[in-house]
Amino acid sequence: MIKQPIYLDYSATTPVDPRVAEQMIPYLTEKFGNPASRSHEFGWEAERAVEEAREQVARLVNADPREIIWTSGATESNNLAIKGAAHFYKGKGKHLVTVMTEHKAVIDTMRHLESEGFEVTYLMPETNGLVDMEKFTAALRPDTILASVMLVNNEIGVIQDIASLGEVCRAKGVLFHVDAAQATGKVTIDLAKLKVDLMSFSAHKTYGPKGIGALYVQRKPRVRLEAQMHGGGHERGLRSGTLATHQIVGMGEAFRIAHEEMATENERIRYLRDRLYQGLSQIEEAHVNGDMEQRVPHNLNISFNFVEGESLIMAIRELAVSSGSACTSASLEPSYVLRALGRSDELAHSSIRFTIGRFTTEEEIDFAIDLVKAKIGRLREMSPLWDMFKEGVDLSTVQWAAH
Amino acid sequence: MSYSTKVLDHYENPRNVGTFGKDDEGVATGMVGAPACGDVMKLQIKVNKDGVIEDAKFKTYGCGSAIASSSLVTEWVKGKTLDEALTIKNTQIAEELALPPVKIHCSVLAEDAIKAAVADYKAKHGAMVETAACKGSDCSN
Amino acid sequence: MIAYFDHNATTSLDERVLQAMLPFFREHYGNASSRHEYGRAARKAVDDAREQVADMVGAHPSQVVFVSGGTEANNLLIKGAAARRQPSQIAVSAVEHPSVTRPARELREQGWKVRSLAVDSAGLLEMDDVEIALRESVTGLVSVMLANNETGVVQDVAKVAELARGVGAMAHTDAVQALGKMPVSFAALNVHAMTISAHKVYGPKGIGALVLDKRFDIKPQITGGEHEKGLRAGTENVPAIVGFGAACALATSRLTELPLKLRQMRERMDQGLRTMGAVLFGDGAERLANTSYFAIPGIDGETLVMALDRAGFAVASGSACSSGGTDPSPVLLAMGVERELARCAVRVSLGKDNEMSQVEGFLLALRGEILGLKRLVAV
Repeated sequence: MIKQPIYLDYSATTPVDPRVAEQMIPYLTEKFGNPASRSHEFGWEAERAVEEAREQVARLVNADPREIIWTSGATESNNLAIKGAAHFYKGKGKHLVTVMTEHKAVIDTMRHLESEGFEVTYLMPETNGLVDMEKFTAALRPDTILASVMLVNNEIGVIQDIASLGEVCRAKGVLFHVDAAQATGKVTIDLAKLKVDLMSFSAHKTYGPKGIGALYVQRKPRVRLEAQMHGGGHERGLRSGTLATHQIVGMGEAFRIAHEEMATENERIRYLRDRLYQGLSQIEEAHVNGDMEQRVPHNLNISFNFVEGESLIMAIRELAVSSGSACTSASLEPSYVLRALGRSDELAHSSIRFTIGRFTTEEEIDFAIDLVKAKIGRLREMSPLWDMFKEGVDLSTVQWAAH
Repeated sequence: MSYSTKVLDHYENPRNVGTFGKDDEGVATGMVGAPACGDVMKLQIKVNKDGVIEDAKFKTYGCGSAIASSSLVTEWVKGKTLDEALTIKNTQIAEELALPPVKIHCSVLAEDAIKAAVADYKAKHGAMVETAACKGSDCSN
Repeated sequence: MIAYFDHNATTSLDERVLQAMLPFFREHYGNASSRHEYGRAARKAVDDAREQVADMVGAHPSQVVFVSGGTEANNLLIKGAAARRQPSQIAVSAVEHPSVTRPARELREQGWKVRSLAVDSAGLLEMDDVEIALRESVTGLVSVMLANNETGVVQDVAKVAELARGVGAMAHTDAVQALGKMPVSFAALNVHAMTISAHKVYGPKGIGALVLDKRFDIKPQITGGEHEKGLRAGTENVPAIVGFGAACALATSRLTELPLKLRQMRERMDQGLRTMGAVLFGDGAERLANTSYFAIPGIDGETLVMALDRAGFAVASGSACSSGGTDPSPVLLAMGVERELARCAVRVSLGKDNEMSQVEGFLLALRGEILGLKRLVAV
């Protein structure tokens, strides 16, 4: 018997891996010291754990532990990287570049900077979700201080070519920030090779706990930031606030596991995703959103034409999936990411994001395929648009009564 | 989004889904909404010689509340005369289904669907009279 | 077995808090913003915890904004309030935590004037100086902590709030250290905003809250989603929030007994310290029941705490900050304590699991260490 609803929303968050939880618990209970306490073993023990976790995180992305700054999560990391760099380097220029399909933590931070007098270029991606290198290069100006492009998109799972984007930025003297919240454990990241100056990480998308993230701040060449949270001067003055030892330990362990297991795990997940894709692509008028090649194996984002999105979600309540970014799903707005790919409102509305993870089974995937097929069929039987489509009516030519 | 039990009931077991035959007598259709707005409702009524709606069918592209609203009105219009059907108000639909404020527009759409179907019937009915009147004269169809 | 006497730095997690948190790591792990069952379960847990936190501090759940901790809450309030106002004066007490003084100092760049409010030799705010400050310059914001992390001295925040309101200024209090050690009521203090944190009340690290009067408009400092009514973006830290709620519920139930127990132990501590010639800071003022802040003249604080650690007692030489500097405590300097004496400061902060026997053991050990260290100094 499969536990329902089946969780296929691993890009929204992941369960904490049991091995991670096991490492965390002692730091909640007996090893509870404040890592900033300098006068007793409780504090030193906590500090050692924090530094070991810093090494584990650094190892996954081939960075120096001294380049890792703890934050409360990727949202804070994105805020710190973008605002921190913009404020520090504002004497050099006031222009930034990003992409319309970035996470809200980047988009809203850019908007915030616009209100402070910065100028931001929001690049439109290609219809497959990828950034065009020429358009990106053309967007960089002499007064551009920073460009921010996410490594893996949270909704459609496409992987941007940050190696090439980074080269362009470095050649033009532009700082390059990468939001890698969705990438850790899914794609290999080698910061020793990549021309990336700042990179945001999150634990809870990689089987670690919520409430903890990190920011990579490159040492050579050195990147300077203006701190966004002031106080006791923790994290070399870049981020004040008592360090949450158990969460940090959890992130370290989660990233250690990712480092060791991602190769085999991704193979298994790709098999499941491809099985899901095979099954669902048998449905007529099903359209995959985003490039299918340059994509993490965990993600399948697919729109079902002539079916309304909310009723679809309601029909497949046995599946815990997302109809867009979890952060925006409280509103009924169509996904801005899919809109940026040029999808119509209707197709954007009827999109489902399936994200597969460590604990997904083949049995669950097969159940999902059967369920979606049956429910799409039922909803289309009820849909006047489906009838019209079957009758050969071109819906774009119909004069709809405004409502 | 949490739905009321009545919405869930109509959504799970929609009443009168379907389409009448093209040549059925006394059938009129109201289609309202737009795909870009996220909902399109098609309501069909079948009116007998006495002007009473004896059957109704629907097809809806929309959220659970839109499907439930259309399912509900197919039940309500049955047995009503055209004028009686026009007295059905969206507030009654919303109340019956306990629609939350963000879903009130679904009940408005359902009321509009009734109006559109009745208007279609009246237009066709009028047209039939006219067609009858012009029989034998110079009609080009 | 080491006796932990550093509860103002952090506390151990209550076992019942751990039990409340655990299901949210592995079972109910949803993102509270997701609409499916996993998400809704997380959302409900967050809402329930919000009520528990609000209940403890006499606030309405809608006034509780979850953030990553006390430092973030103080930053959010000070910078967020300033961003929505014309630059004027911000008045903060001379003994505030760096997470208040540092963001206040940052505001200078935007044209704000920072005014330090004087304290007397016991560490108590001088109300006359508050009145002068509010009179001499248009003031947008006043921030005075409820209880000091080093001395434990409790300020009359309600009075400060009244004076602030009298001139149309906003009043904020950092109640991180007071929570759980004395009754704290947002309504009774009549402030516009209040900072609290979980890890000082046997809850988890990494979670705190800004309690905020909704009429008090502040600009979010971390953007990127509509979490916490748009005031703080970022995926909710559900297990920690649940833990905070559980910790608050437990702390409330302890509020009648615990301060009495702590006071008894602290009085014994103070008495013993006096017989050893210790100078007790904040002695003349109302202090938190758990805190003893003292100096043995002539014995360096850092050295003494290291010796005490070896003897099995975890205490602090000042506020637990990451600076690691050897500068004397700014709190003591603000109280007019000589630099030499301030360097001798040691803080003992007791907690719910401490026993009188540990206090006795501490006094005995301290006497021995003092003798040993004095002999060293004398040579």
